[in-house]
Amino acid sequence: MKKKFKLQDLDCANCAQKMEDAIKKIDGVNDATVSFMTQKMSIDADDERFEAIMDEVVKVCKKVEPDCVIMR
Amino acid sequence: MSPKQKKTLYRIITAGIIYGGILIWSHTGSYEDMIEGKLIEPFIYLVPFLLAGYDIVLKAVKNICHGQVFDENFLMLVAGIGAYGIKEYSEAVAVILFYQVGELFQSYAVGKSRKSISDMMDICPEYANLVQEDGSVEQEDPDDVEPGSVILIKPGERVPIDCVILEGESFLDTSALTGESVPRHSGVGEEIYSGSVNGNGLLKCRTTKAYEDSTVSKILELVENASSRKSKHETFIHRFAKYYTPIVTIGAVILAVVPSLITGEWAEWIRRACTFLVISCPCALVISVPMGFFGGIGAASSIGVLVKGSSHLEAVADIKTICFDKTGTLTKGEFKVNSIIPEGCSEQELLEIAAKAEQNSTHPVAGAVCEAWRLSVNEGSPESRYEKKNAVAEPASFEEIPGQGICATVDGEEILAGNDKLMNSKQIDFKPVERTGTVVYIARAGKYQGAIVISDSVKPESVDALVSLKATGVNKCVLLTGDKKNQAEAVVNDLSKDVPKKHPGFGGKLIDEIRSELYPQDKVACVENYINELNGAGKVAFAGDGINDSPVLTRADIGIAMGSLGSDAAIEAADVVIMDDNPVKISKVMGIASKTLRIVKQNIVFALSVKALVLILGALGFASMWAAVFADVGVAVLAILNSMRALKVDGKN
Repeated sequence: MKKKFKLQDLDCANCAQKMEDAIKKIDGVNDATVSFMTQKMSIDADDERFEAIMDEVVKVCKKVEPDCVIMR
Repeated sequence: MSPKQKKTLYRIITAGIIYGGILIWSHTGSYEDMIEGKLIEPFIYLVPFLLAGYDIVLKAVKNICHGQVFDENFLMLVAGIGAYGIKEYSEAVAVILFYQVGELFQSYAVGKSRKSISDMMDICPEYANLVQEDGSVEQEDPDDVEPGSVILIKPGERVPIDCVILEGESFLDTSALTGESVPRHSGVGEEIYSGSVNGNGLLKCRTTKAYEDSTVSKILELVENASSRKSKHETFIHRFAKYYTPIVTIGAVILAVVPSLITGEWAEWIRRACTFLVISCPCALVISVPMGFFGGIGAASSIGVLVKGSSHLEAVADIKTICFDKTGTLTKGEFKVNSIIPEGCSEQELLEIAAKAEQNSTHPVAGAVCEAWRLSVNEGSPESRYEKKNAVAEPASFEEIPGQGICATVDGEEILAGNDKLMNSKQIDFKPVERTGTVVYIARAGKYQGAIVISDSVKPESVDALVSLKATGVNKCVLLTGDKKNQAEAVVNDLSKDVPKKHPGFGGKLIDEIRSELYPQDKVACVENYINELNGAGKVAFAGDGINDSPVLTRADIGIAMGSLGSDAAIEAADVVIMDDNPVKISKVMGIASKTLRIVKQNIVFALSVKALVLILGALGFASMWAAVFADVGVAVLAILNSMRALKVDGKN
């Protein structure tokens, strides 16, 4: 399943790149992009565990950029 | 400015005032007396330092806990602490303050430019006027409107969902989709696309698709996903950024320790190492390069050309060979009456006779004849052109003879309209016409009346497109077609005819090679040949209308689909999608692509050389920490401003 999320206060392009790399490493994530320009994140992950994976994604993003909020 | 930015701004101003106050105070006698013999000075400077940079300290600590060591906040903090360590309190505060100002400006500039790019692509409808079962109208989120619902589109509103007009007619502005500024007339039964703006009429429509499958969502999705197909330049920057920070940091450590052990001048070398740390963020590049590409893609979409990714934009700048499909790409792809050759009657009469016989036929040739007759009758009144009235007498009997033509009885007379086989079988004495295209012979009551030649005609823009492509740096234009050789040559002759008049300075050949009678798989082989011929020195593009072209669109380095408004298959297969069917857009998008690449390269060279220069000067002791802050944030801001130029289309109108 592929889903898109808006991001708030994503302030640095380098962080977006780091977030993308970190999210891709999460187990169950097939593909992910974090676009600094559109302030959007799209995640392609396993259907049945999607919510659990999203929780993980939020945690990972907090680590990289504490200010950034994922609008779920 | 966002609330967050405002907060930072106030904080910086307050810290700046306090810092200024301390500076003035430090030049007075009372200050000297106060710090005399006490360890109070570092604490005085700590006030503005923390006020300006407490978030840096917090973030740095948090990130270290998370194992993110090479983080710009951490590095700035180390630089600050380093400056403190060597008793350069005032400089430490100044660096943090300046850094924050730069960051704020950078974030503001990024926000601004991001907004202007997204404004450009602001084609997203906000609501749909859904007609309820009881006849009342309610505003709904387009997402919630089911296919098959009835919606109202008021004058000036954006079409929210792809739909078919049930009632009303209007001129629709499709410029957001096609870049075409002339409004398009649409009436009952015609399909209209989401994203276009309704002009003057009230339209009642039935939706044909869900919002997420509508044209506008498709386009938005495409543009938003564009950044995920990274160009070579972006991948380079991405890799560079990964190694740059650690290397510079290690360099700083070495610079701080090794010479100090030899010379013993710890303070001096730590100061130099701190300048290293300040420049260690690759932000200028990481932001400006993708932004340049994003701007370029935005500019292209403003002229109605969708580029599916930065990597494709990069490739477009390097097109050396273009293969064109004939029908629908260089020609209009529609059959039109080309010439009328009457025999013993007027052109108008001949058309009318033909229209009488052909009006009930669904054959494309019949359609072209009736269309021509309608146009000739309604000439001079543009509005009536849209009325599909047919004022000729209905045939009493009508027979379509497959592969030959039509035999109809109108007003008691037998009318024959068909090819030479029909004329021969009915024993009509006719004059064979030698023309390219389809020839329809007409006979009435056993007597030959003349012939109508129907053919596809070249687009008026095709000549300009080919000439401007040659001027943009394309070496070879090729025509690929499934048609016979003489038809292909006729098209090339038609194209070349206009060159001396329209482009007197143009001396070269419009079409360098013609390949005819090709099946789709032959087209693929042709394109492969050209790819091998170039051998990596340039790209091969294929431009087609997207119908039956998918394999070759995919195989070419760059597949360009034309006239794709509403065609999902073409959008799927192509790398570059031209929404209307104007081939001139190819050279325009090539211009945008080369400009974007130029800007990106400027930014890379500029940012890298300033950083390298300041690193060297810093190591030698010539660059202050101020210079380092400029090399970090100042360069980033300049690069961002430069990237914004990619958004502007030169000579758009």
